[in-house]
Amino acid sequence: MAQLYKEEINEYREIAKQIRREILSMAYKSKSPHIGSSLSIVEILVALYFKCLSISPDAPQDEGRDRFILSKGHGCPALYATLAYRGVFSKEILSGFAVNGGTLEQHPSRDIKRGIEVSTGSLGHGLSIGVGMALAAKYNRANYRVIALLSDGEMNEGSVWEAAMFAAHHKLDNLIAIVDYNELQALGRTNEVVNLEPLAGKWHSFGWGVQEIDGHSFKEIINIFQKIPFRQQKPSVIIAHTIKGKGVSFMEGKLLWHYRHPDDEEYKRALEELSR
Amino acid sequence: MRTTFIKTLEKVAARDDSIFLLTADLGFKLFDRFRDAYSERFINVGVAEANMIGIAAGLALSGKNVYCYSIAPFLTMRCLEQIRIDLCYQNLNVKLLGIGGGLVYGLEGTTHHAVEDLAIMRSLPNMTVVAPGDKREAEALANESVRYQGPIYIRLSKEGGIQVHKTTPGLKIGKGFIVKEGAGLTIITAGNLLFTSKSVSDILESKNVKTTLISMHTIKPLDIKLLERCLKTSKAIFTIEEHSIVGGLGSAVAEVLLELGYKGIFRRFGLPDRYGPYIGKTEYLRKKYRLTPKAIANSILRVLNYK
Repeated sequence: MAQLYKEEINEYREIAKQIRREILSMAYKSKSPHIGSSLSIVEILVALYFKCLSISPDAPQDEGRDRFILSKGHGCPALYATLAYRGVFSKEILSGFAVNGGTLEQHPSRDIKRGIEVSTGSLGHGLSIGVGMALAAKYNRANYRVIALLSDGEMNEGSVWEAAMFAAHHKLDNLIAIVDYNELQALGRTNEVVNLEPLAGKWHSFGWGVQEIDGHSFKEIINIFQKIPFRQQKPSVIIAHTIKGKGVSFMEGKLLWHYRHPDDEEYKRALEELSR
Repeated sequence: MRTTFIKTLEKVAARDDSIFLLTADLGFKLFDRFRDAYSERFINVGVAEANMIGIAAGLALSGKNVYCYSIAPFLTMRCLEQIRIDLCYQNLNVKLLGIGGGLVYGLEGTTHHAVEDLAIMRSLPNMTVVAPGDKREAEALANESVRYQGPIYIRLSKEGGIQVHKTTPGLKIGKGFIVKEGAGLTIITAGNLLFTSKSVSDILESKNVKTTLISMHTIKPLDIKLLERCLKTSKAIFTIEEHSIVGGLGSAVAEVLLELGYKGIFRRFGLPDRYGPYIGKTEYLRKKYRLTPKAIANSILRVLNYK
């Protein structure tokens, strides 16, 4: 069993590598920004879509599916690539990313047939929508869970905390927030712009169950998901410590890659690194 | 008006369990019956309008038909971007009940007056904008709104208001309602100045000026067919609204009339494009802004060159 587990993780690592290559290709071809924000959430998305979420690629509209909301909509290249590799839509669709007359925008537009649950792109919306979905699930006595992936910069938005307060009050233990804590937001380091710390303490004091993990460790992501809810009758938040630009040495931890797209040379180097 | 709306909603909610009612901690005593009867479908989200709209979107994405209640400016402006993206861009079944349209909150002051709400809501794609003129219209539009697909902004005034319709009119969203038919002159109103407009029409009639009075309860989509008809039969058209003259009913009607080639007289009666210096109850403010039947009727007569 343990052996199988190891093989499984190796398999996810391979998929993550392919998805990273795909993200780079999408950004390179369309000259799109937000590579760093996409690369930091690859393991989270692969773990969710290939393991943790109850979804069926053939039936993205199934009533009983878990709902995933990419509240940090700018990381959508990673979501698109993951959905394509999971088989929710064909990989050809990715070639229409961020081009005139294309198929996919630089921020997600709701398209349930393609597994995109909610239109996002302005920060601070996703968790409230997730709260509404979680309430509906409770009302319908349905078992699905609602997962919202937020950015750390997004924690600056007051609406996030409105939603957090409400979710705990209403005991929404079917709601899960994941914070992509890569410590870089649009104009600088999170602790220099508006310090979020103590972030775990904040969520805890808002009445959530909190766990911190390495957001690039499949083992940690998958294990922590099995422990949800972390507190009885409380919503759960996973603070995932990540590295912006993860997987490409010269992009890691560099704010510049929130904006830049790779030139020919950089693209080649990045692909090489991801082929090892 | 709001009590009638909520009572109507209570009746519909009895046979339709998809209806949810959310409030941002406003509406004292208004929801007691709804809450008692359908406690699971009534949620006071607290003083958090942005969160309320997001939650409504999540519920609507899960098949619910959601009504959100707050004081009109808070409901439309604090959370405008949630309305834009979560509701309008995604075209969801969420109905916004904005209370206190116009100057209804008189002495509460400018923070509570809704004088830009119609303009703002009207600019949002997919958004339908309605403003019932009395409680009978509120009842009719409450019933209409339940079946309507997509987001609606429903501008209500608070309590009271004098009734114009004796029975519930058969209103359809998107179709203006002819309250009375005259000749040569048309008055178009929306929302809580319906009674005022009716009084204007009566004053004019006493001076032998016959008017057609239209309750244009749906400001968007505007009933262009009805305006086409007015244009053919009217040498003068007036709009009356308790809203800034920028972007509300008057603007909407003007845009259409000009494109239709109307060449007659046209005037907008509404609030000036400024935050007023006046403190007072609704009626006092209306006097100050010359939105009383007498002031409007006199203006119309002047425009028409009557002595």
